[in-house]
Amino acid sequence: MTLDVRGLKTHFFTRAGVVKAVDGVDFSVGAGEVMGLVGESGSGKSITGFSILGLIDPPGRVVEGSIKFEGEDLVGASEARMRAIRGNRIAMIFQDPMMTLNPVLRVDTQMIEAIRAHARVDRATARARARDALGLVGIPSPEERLAAYPHQLSGGMRQRVAIAIAFLNEPKLIIADEPTTALDVTIQAQIIHEAQALCRRTGTALVWITHDLAVVAGLADRIAVMYAGRIVEQGATDDVIDRPAHPYTVGLLGSAPSANPRGQRLRQIRGMTPDMLALPRGCAFRERCDFGDGACAVAPARTEGGGRAFRCHHPRTPPAAEGAEDPSMPRGMTA
Amino acid sequence: MTPILELQGISKRFVKRLDVAGKIAARLGAKIAEETVHAVDDVSLAIAPGEVVGLVGESGCGKSTLGRVVAGIHAQSAGRMFFEGEDVARMSPAAKRAATLAIQMIFQDPYASLNPRMRVEDIVGEAPRVHGIVPGRALASYVDEILSKVGLDPALKRRYPHQFSGGQRQRIGIARALAVKPRFLVCDEAIAALDVSIQAQVLNLFMDLREEFGLTYLFISHDLGVVEHIADRVAIMYLGRIVETGTTEALFAGPRHPYTSALLAEAPRLDQRKRQFAPIKGEIPSPLNPPPGCHFHPRCPIATAPCHRDRPTLEDAGTGGHVACLRWRDRAKAEAEGATTP
Repeated sequence: MTLDVRGLKTHFFTRAGVVKAVDGVDFSVGAGEVMGLVGESGSGKSITGFSILGLIDPPGRVVEGSIKFEGEDLVGASEARMRAIRGNRIAMIFQDPMMTLNPVLRVDTQMIEAIRAHARVDRATARARARDALGLVGIPSPEERLAAYPHQLSGGMRQRVAIAIAFLNEPKLIIADEPTTALDVTIQAQIIHEAQALCRRTGTALVWITHDLAVVAGLADRIAVMYAGRIVEQGATDDVIDRPAHPYTVGLLGSAPSANPRGQRLRQIRGMTPDMLALPRGCAFRERCDFGDGACAVAPARTEGGGRAFRCHHPRTPPAAEGAEDPSMPRGMTA
Repeated sequence: MTPILELQGISKRFVKRLDVAGKIAARLGAKIAEETVHAVDDVSLAIAPGEVVGLVGESGCGKSTLGRVVAGIHAQSAGRMFFEGEDVARMSPAAKRAATLAIQMIFQDPYASLNPRMRVEDIVGEAPRVHGIVPGRALASYVDEILSKVGLDPALKRRYPHQFSGGQRQRIGIARALAVKPRFLVCDEAIAALDVSIQAQVLNLFMDLREEFGLTYLFISHDLGVVEHIADRVAIMYLGRIVETGTTEALFAGPRHPYTSALLAEAPRLDQRKRQFAPIKGEIPSPLNPPPGCHFHPRCPIATAPCHRDRPTLEDAGTGGHVACLRWRDRAKAEAEGATTP
């Protein structure tokens, strides 16, 4: 296993109270595997990614659990150790490439810096490697692009540069936090295509964080669905999407316009995304759930088996035929 | 039936004027000139009463600008707009005010489009009071009624926007638009900023309101899944021009324009797993300097020499829709032959 996260809890100690942004998350990713981490805003999916890289600032803190990266526990690792790992063996791709690229440095300066921070190579070698990396992510005329400033590039190009930087030192693990959310459909398709090809070639494990199930349906080997700081369901992509066990996953899939007959009301999940300071006791989803009852006042334990896991007292196990009888199902869901 | 709204050759140009230094430099022979963006370039579209027309395109294609022209926020640079058969530019001031009031807009960002210093009752109640839609005495109960219609508890009307979630704020924006009894709503990416589970709720609200008030929508979105669900007809825009229109069924079943095909093929779908595809190359060119001829030709897999030169016009595609492509007939023919030969 490249990455093995067990019982991770990241809490934020604010004046208004303790926000349990990540509250007991378990998952693992193997070499060359793509894992989709799906959730709505506030579900803790990004905080999970930041926790792995040790990017949690006060008032936040990893309070419990372990993050084993190639056997080494990153929880409690020294800042010097984390700096040696970050950008080298674990890389991150952020949502907004305008925020993550330095606007006053040329692309080559930023890329050479990332290489020379972790390897003793001269500038010319580093520059050549940077150029090759740009070529790999499908940037035309990479030599000229090296001399450009970020503002001279389009959003799609900037995100490609950010991806090229992530792949520069051939990391074992990449955490991608909504990397295509700000991009257009055709550009998103190109980026997904390139990230997928690169991971396959280099054996890099990829955690793709997104709010859009349809994006990871076409990309991930496995999917984990987060709700209010917990992974409520995870398993192989086909299992989670065709045979969801948790009512929240069922609701998310059902509220996609493409899963409903045209022009008719969508099957919606009632209520609002939860206030993390005032979560209901027990199962956090129970107030929005159609199947909730008294049993749900006790937090459901993790049920594991057959390569999948979920947290629910009343799991849905729809017959396998349900997916088959609806061949016209989805088209173009980009939430 | 007279269309509720008809656009004829609408264009919207934004010109970046030279400043003093620029003017002097230009007079001295420097190669700088005023820059013109053709955000909307000769667009014609008719929308029937009660219809939902989806306007789809990627960022920078001019779909929001077109929506703003329709809503009266921008004046068009050229072309004519008819509301219920009457040219808006030639209406009497009173009729024009009535027409602009009948077309309301719902914006993308429910955080930026509500005044943070106004209470919800004032946000919703201001316009009907100013326009004399309800008498002052009845205003409070009218606001309550509108808030209930969009699924908000009227008891919360003394609150400010920041006290609401994103989905509730979008409902406030919808209530504000509905308060002046519009007949036509321009929804500009109205659900794009919301969480997936909340998107479904707001989309349901749009469909309920359409039924209850007999509304007509121009539904602007980049999301094909949403548009396919709610729209009766779809118009696809690329770099300021409409490249294809059609009924939703026909357009999704058999796109005629290569750009439409690419959009449909590349939108992520739940039923597609581990796909291997060759995405279309390149990005949308700058609207400051669009390619000549067909704007799509640098990215088009079937472009030929005439596409670099001649501007395609919208032609009847025979399926109740129109397509602006020089090669759509060749392509349709090739597809038909490909389908018959095993």
